Amino acid sequence: MTKRSFVLNGKQVTVDVEDDVRVLWVLRDVLKVTGPKYGCGINVCKACTSHINGKAFNPCSVRIADIKPTDRITTIEGLADTASGELHPMQEAWLEQDVAQCGYCQPGQIMAAVAKVNQAKAQGRTISDADLDEIRNVCRCGTYFRIRQAIKSGAAKM
Amino acid sequence: MNDPLGPTPTQAGVAPAETVPGAAASRRRPSRRAFIGYVVSGATLVTAAQFAQPETADAAIPSVPQIPELFDLEDLETQSALPTSGLITITMDEQGYANFALPRMEVGQGITTSTAMIIAEELDLPVDKVRVSLAPARPELVFNQLTGGSNTTNSTFTPIRVAAATARGRLLQAAATQLGATLSQLTTKAGVVLGPGGKSLTYAELSIKAASLVDLKVTVTLKQSADFTVIGTPTKRVDARDIVTGAKKFVTDLDVPDALPTMVCRPPTLNGKPVALRNREQVLRMPGVTDVAQVDTGIAIRAKTFGQCIDAVRAVQADWAGGPTASESDDSILAEIRRAEVPLAVPKLPLLAVQLDAKFEFMFRSSAALEPNCAIADVRDDSATVWAGLKAPIVAQGNIAKAVGLPVSKVKVNVVTGGGSFGHKLFGDAAIEAAKISKAMRKPVKLLWHRADEPRQGRVHPMATSRLRATMLAGEVLTFEQRHTSVATDFSHGLGEMLVATAAKLPPGLVGVGLSQSIFLLTQELPYNFGVVTQLLNETDTRFNTGSMRAIYSPDVACANELFIDLLAKKAGKDPLAFRLANLKQANVKAVLQKVAQVGNWGRPMAPGTAQGIAVHREYKGATACLVEIDCRPATVNRTIRDAVTGPRVTKVVMAVDAGLVVNPEGLKAQMLGGVSDGIGLALTNSLHLKDGHFLEASWDNYFYTRQWNTPPEFECVVMPSTSSEPGGAGEAGVPASVAAVACAYARATGKVPTRFPINHDTSSFEVKSFVPPVPESPTDGLSYTF
Repeated sequence: MTKRSFVLNGKQVTVDVEDDVRVLWVLRDVLKVTGPKYGCGINVCKACTSHINGKAFNPCSVRIADIKPTDRITTIEGLADTASGELHPMQEAWLEQDVAQCGYCQPGQIMAAVAKVNQAKAQGRTISDADLDEIRNVCRCGTYFRIRQAIKSGAAKM
Repeated sequence: MNDPLGPTPTQAGVAPAETVPGAAASRRRPSRRAFIGYVVSGATLVTAAQFAQPETADAAIPSVPQIPELFDLEDLETQSALPTSGLITITMDEQGYANFALPRMEVGQGITTSTAMIIAEELDLPVDKVRVSLAPARPELVFNQLTGGSNTTNSTFTPIRVAAATARGRLLQAAATQLGATLSQLTTKAGVVLGPGGKSLTYAELSIKAASLVDLKVTVTLKQSADFTVIGTPTKRVDARDIVTGAKKFVTDLDVPDALPTMVCRPPTLNGKPVALRNREQVLRMPGVTDVAQVDTGIAIRAKTFGQCIDAVRAVQADWAGGPTASESDDSILAEIRRAEVPLAVPKLPLLAVQLDAKFEFMFRSSAALEPNCAIADVRDDSATVWAGLKAPIVAQGNIAKAVGLPVSKVKVNVVTGGGSFGHKLFGDAAIEAAKISKAMRKPVKLLWHRADEPRQGRVHPMATSRLRATMLAGEVLTFEQRHTSVATDFSHGLGEMLVATAAKLPPGLVGVGLSQSIFLLTQELPYNFGVVTQLLNETDTRFNTGSMRAIYSPDVACANELFIDLLAKKAGKDPLAFRLANLKQANVKAVLQKVAQVGNWGRPMAPGTAQGIAVHREYKGATACLVEIDCRPATVNRTIRDAVTGPRVTKVVMAVDAGLVVNPEGLKAQMLGGVSDGIGLALTNSLHLKDGHFLEASWDNYFYTRQWNTPPEFECVVMPSTSSEPGGAGEAGVPASVAAVACAYARATGKVPTRFPINHDTSSFEVKSFVPPVPESPTDGLSYTF
């Protein structure tokens, strides 16, 4: 057991856990931060998508030992605080398009969407259908079309 | 004890229990059907209705117009022995919220939202003032706590309205007393009773005043549909904000004390059994591991984190028995189905009549949701508590009780909103397993199936064949036969009890046929005038873990039928749309078909390698039609995406749905969208491969459910106006027509009619993950994929 520290949703946290426990389980089982979901555990379904230092990542596939004390991890619970409104514009867009069905994948979808839009912006582009085709997050309810609508709408307000 | 609103004097000549406090005076029509509601004793207002069959009070309704006040002062209510069971109740609390525990399961289909709307409508309360939770297993509801067959709204619509109307009537009465007004002077709006002279009282203020110390029986009439302001209005999901903020809790998000993460090391072959664990001590010494127990499904491991469970599952060294299908593969099961196929009849044909035959094959598919099977169980010596997503919680409760050796009354089963179901949560597999493990470990457990466990050991949609034969003369279809042959579907979740219980209402054709055949005949309806029509099901092989995947038989049957109908149209020299319109029986099916043809611009010129397809389906008291456009050109089909199946791209979908009385058009459209995503996957990409007793698939990089790169960039859904007063089904209704339309479009684009589904089944598209250990290693390279 080793004490590990990182910045979670704006606050420095410290956990006492074995080095090779993946970050997803540190979040969910140790810190009880349950927004990031388990859907495969092998970085395929993307239900656990969160941000590390502003970029999308999948904590199911990162050891806690590979996280530095200065690393900033943001889960869906902390997304709203990264924007000025009560909710992040992408969350608002999700509400506006009434995207969710069961809701299990949607925290990951929103986190992926925000990163995808930021990535396009950093390249001086607006989000395109080709960008949307690259999003790998599984939605077994099949809400993909509304996800596309919401991302375009949310991107316009980011 | 008496009613705090005071005993109401009875006027001579007026029978008790015959008037109608639940309806606003202005809306009351003497001809309307009245129902029996109950005011249940409670600290605040509690009202109820019988769930299974709301009692009507038709006979008690006078046929002449009534003066409301006369009756308002009447013996509106009779003190009553409340029916002891089968009630659903609405509680109005002191904050002005109506609270209702729905005896159904929310899995994403939007029934908590539509139920809140129904209550809001009848109560004149804003939707956000209605709190809908999920009722725990209620054995007294007998067979009437099953979420399936897209039946929730149809079966709950009237009882919920009766309970809500009873509450509103009671609030009006309480307000009349408080304000010294007559009922006719009062109206309700947005949770407030408005009286004369600008006086008003909120439901919150009335919640205690309207409460009763005794149980009362009342008659109510319901709002007329012309007066609906909530029902039929597009409404966003009530849980949407919790979902987008991560606050919505699923089973594994619940923090039950000491219920530590638990996973099971499962056998390498389907339904294999553990014989012996060889390295118990080694597994127990692994980091985080607290308990190891052998149960009938494998070796269970409880640990501090799920990650440590995964590591320990991978470390298990055990001996396994092979299971009943240990040597089987796709081909051997297909051969078995062929042997079970009942011959098609050879009709006596008029001279010049032609006969067409076709046969289609449908591979095994996984019904797994994104939330894997999971459950929390705390089994003690004298009681058990379980939390799980269950669409048939009463059946699960009975099975759990049996599994752990407790009376049913000692087993509390809490129903938690599910992360998808698609038929998967009809069974209590995880709940029963969690209970067994908790009993074996004598500790609470939070059981989660690894993703790899789902396709390999979880419920599947059975492999099936569908054979068709039609005879035609001069472009007219004289006979139409279908023989659907399938690996058996497991209906042990209670549909059987429901059918038995409603046997008296079943059509005579169902007498004496088996349960599966009954369900087949009850769900399959060929909507065409094709002369003599017979559709039969034959089943074989009960060794697989099957279940009713979204829409049960219909996606396969509709796919086969509609492809065949395109062939018949071709034989008749007719356009697929024109041929269908000429032969469809029902106006609502024709109407949805014409709608998609018009909105989707049927028949527009398409480039070579691309095409439109069109299909219909009639079920769930409604009708759907789907028009798709597909691109099968090499540049599209051969797109390369890592760990993905690309293939043909559906580029546009237009759906039209007539679902009778629609509570929430927004939710209905969402269900159609989901149905289309399923239909695309079923036609093109997603299936399981059985080889040497293993299902090969182990995750979403093997099981190719529709993804963004398969999603149509254009989608439109038209909700048809309906004059029906009865809600139809939504959850499953989108799948059959869409899988059929995709298949038809593919056939027209490529010039080849596919006969095996999904069309890519015979293409090897992934590297098979190990069977021992049964779950893949957790990766460590996540930081190299950031974006």
